[in-house]
Amino acid sequence: MAVELLAAPAPSRSTRRARAVALAVAQGVGTLLVVSLLIFLVTQAMPGDVARVVLGTRATPETLATLREQLGLDRPIWEQYGTWLWGVLRGDFGTSLVNGMPVSELLAGRIRNSLTLSVVAMLIMLPISLLVGIVAAQRRDRAFDQGFLGTSIVVNATPEFVTGTVLIALLGTTVFHLLPPVSFIPPGDSPLAHPEAMVLPVLTLVVSGVMYLGRLVRIAFIDAMSSEYVQTARLKGLGTPRILARHALPNALGPVIPAASLVAAYTVGGVVVVEYLFAFPGIGAALVEAVNNRDLPVIQAIVLLIAATYYVLNLVADLLAGGEPQGR
Amino acid sequence: MTATLEVADLTIVRDADEARIVDGLSFALGPGEVLGVVGESGSGKSTVALGLLAFARPGARIAGGRVVIDGVDLLALRGGELRDARRRLAAYVAQDPATALNPALALRTQLLESLDGPPAENLDRIRRVLRTVGLPADDAFLRRKPRQLSGGQQQRIAIAMAVVARPRVIVLDEPTTGLDVSTQAKVLALVKQLCADEGIAAIYVSHDLAVVADVADRVIVMYGGELVELVPTDALLGAPRHPYSRALLAAVPSARERQVLHPIRGRAPGVGERDAGCVFRARCDFATDACLERPPLEAEPGGRLVRCVRADEVQRLTRITRVADRPERPGLVCRPAVLEAEGIDAHYGERQVLFNVSLELEPGRCLAVVGESGSGKSTLSRCLIGLHEQYEGRLRLDGEELPLTARARPAAARRELQYVFQNPFGSLNPRRTVGSSIAAALRLFGSDGRRTGAVVAEALERVEISARLAERYPAELSGGQRQRVAIARALACEPKVLLCDEVTSALDVSVQASVIELLRGLIDEGLAMLFVTHDLAIVRSIADSVVVLSEGHVVERGETAAVLDRPSHPYTQGLLADTLELPALAG
Ligand code: SF4
Repeated sequence: MAVELLAAPAPSRSTRRARAVALAVAQGVGTLLVVSLLIFLVTQAMPGDVARVVLGTRATPETLATLREQLGLDRPIWEQYGTWLWGVLRGDFGTSLVNGMPVSELLAGRIRNSLTLSVVAMLIMLPISLLVGIVAAQRRDRAFDQGFLGTSIVVNATPEFVTGTVLIALLGTTVFHLLPPVSFIPPGDSPLAHPEAMVLPVLTLVVSGVMYLGRLVRIAFIDAMSSEYVQTARLKGLGTPRILARHALPNALGPVIPAASLVAAYTVGGVVVVEYLFAFPGIGAALVEAVNNRDLPVIQAIVLLIAATYYVLNLVADLLAGGEPQGR
Repeated sequence: MTATLEVADLTIVRDADEARIVDGLSFALGPGEVLGVVGESGSGKSTVALGLLAFARPGARIAGGRVVIDGVDLLALRGGELRDARRRLAAYVAQDPATALNPALALRTQLLESLDGPPAENLDRIRRVLRTVGLPADDAFLRRKPRQLSGGQQQRIAIAMAVVARPRVIVLDEPTTGLDVSTQAKVLALVKQLCADEGIAAIYVSHDLAVVADVADRVIVMYGGELVELVPTDALLGAPRHPYSRALLAAVPSARERQVLHPIRGRAPGVGERDAGCVFRARCDFATDACLERPPLEAEPGGRLVRCVRADEVQRLTRITRVADRPERPGLVCRPAVLEAEGIDAHYGERQVLFNVSLELEPGRCLAVVGESGSGKSTLSRCLIGLHEQYEGRLRLDGEELPLTARARPAAARRELQYVFQNPFGSLNPRRTVGSSIAAALRLFGSDGRRTGAVVAEALERVEISARLAERYPAELSGGQRQRVAIARALACEPKVLLCDEVTSALDVSVQASVIELLRGLIDEGLAMLFVTHDLAIVRSIADSVVVLSEGHVVERGETAAVLDRPSHPYTQGLLADTLELPALAG
């Protein structure tokens, strides 16, 4: 009797899952292709003649024409796009118009700096969000919870630009002079070697992230704690710490993990703003410089990079959300 | 016999206004004994179940009394001591194991965590208990998560989890309500066996009298938060004394005999709506001035307690009229079918769920479609009303070809084929008064605007709902009233065929009785009804003929009496054997 009652595990679950992943990846590649085309067209349409930007105002028409020919600017736009895309696919993003260095070499250090900044911010943000969210859920509707909710609404309505400026005023310039308001990191150095330069940018990202993610954790925990399985656990005579850690946490993480990857994606966007604000030498700041200089290959590479990262993190979030994360 | 469990004056109140949800409940229970607690929704029975483990849901609070198990008063314990008592002395099994078991944790973890001592020994004990409840005990099984089990298996796990720590008392709150009858029969046998073998005292809470009659030695009948009768099971079934117990019994349908059901008029009082008098007074046919004072709980011979001042007269004056038979209707079909379905094959994705299903329905008759969960009966009703898209076959309504999907059907056809579902919220817009919901249904079929008001009032009257209630919103009505309004909405369209899908499964028995009687009256007036249900007792009370579905196939069909008296297919025979019956009543 017992045997006949056994529910057979769905056989095609992993196949279906693999198919969904493949589909999502294919969609992603398609999306990125479209994005690359858009980036290319938009940057081409930017005002200003590239050759003139490179050579300055006193260039003769002959030198301009020569340079245009060298850069391939005289060829039809589809051909230019094809050449560029082919290069990108081989990992060659072209050379900077400003100093003639290969773009990948130029950006390598910047990417490392930005990555360090984002990863450090995420590593600090996640545990704090979890802690704050759980404490708020446990003290639901009491002072801590109300305070947290109020602050988070204000902070989430404030752009990172403003949050960062307030933090600079508070810790860097006007009120306390604890930290450098500008993050100077010599080229070639790891940002980790200059912790004081990291604090304010990381703090800005963490504050916004915690206020958002902490709220999600709070709701997920309130849900889990008012569930029937937690009631069962109480009636089994388990203590609160075990109920929180073993019964509520795995279930609450279900909805939080995909949200965390989304927050990671937003952090990438936030990094651009924050880097500019603190003059942190990452790709965000590089992007702003490149735009000012009309350095098309650099702009294209950075935007494509950010779009790709953003997309991958979103994909991860989707997969985690659809893939029953508590089943791991 | 020393009592394993002694409850004295257990009182549980609502936090907000101190209104009593459970009012001074007392009883005692010996080892191995099973005590049933029956009552309808709002009787406070589930609150009692949790209260016995010194637990109250948010919004409620245990205000007083004692729950003594093996000499320990659980209500006097706090913190670690209480947790310890819950681990050692008492255990709880909830209604729905799918939500009561933690979906993220392996069975092993959930079974082990309430046991003290070395895991190796505990695992031995767990394996023994798993075998007792009829589940595999190997490591691979223990590594599973709850959702990898069937509903019946999940409930077995919940029961195993409850008994694994050798508690003295186990509280089961409607543990078989969501299960098919065959699984229910197995779970009930298991509970009885465990209590007898391990000497566990059990409290079995249920709304289902037949289930309680099957499992319990004694029964507490609860009404409005009070114990109104405590009685050995045989005595309750043979000679109930309290008017409420009698009324409850008269409302239960039987799968063996076709009966007229007796609903209880009015509705149960909500928490905080009770006055100083007898709690059942408003619905009691015997109420007198003497009932204006709360009647005491009188001890009677045979260990019986009854809370009614007129119990003797009541029993002398009335007989329980459960066996008032409803005449079977002649099986001869003289009128042409109004609804015909032929060779229905339905799919969900690649899986076929219905195989060549055909049926015919004549005016003035009720055809029941019976089956357990997974039989395809809900898919069939969705096909007929055109909500399911993936199916083939032929439908005819009143002799004319009926397009398969609702979108393709002409308005007249949609008007003539109306439906009511288990959850009336599905057909009633919660943001509209019930009157305007009915009016909206009328407008949909282009009825004459000037007459709408009259039609709405008439439809409500046919379902015995006061026209005043037309101004109310669905949420302001009771479950039974909502279901009646949903029926009224369907009736207002003057359908030829009414399809009812599990319309009574969310209702209390007394309310179910009134809805069944209402529907039976409509059929007698000439309506053709297709009644989809899992409950053979209801089939017996309402249907003229029946189609039995199993795994998408029609396994048996015929006149109700013939099929239920002499089932020919093993599946129907099994279904009938597992359907619990109240023993015949003496009076
Ligand atoms: S005490 Fe009166 S009102 Fe209450 S049940 Fe008895 S007869 Fe009815």
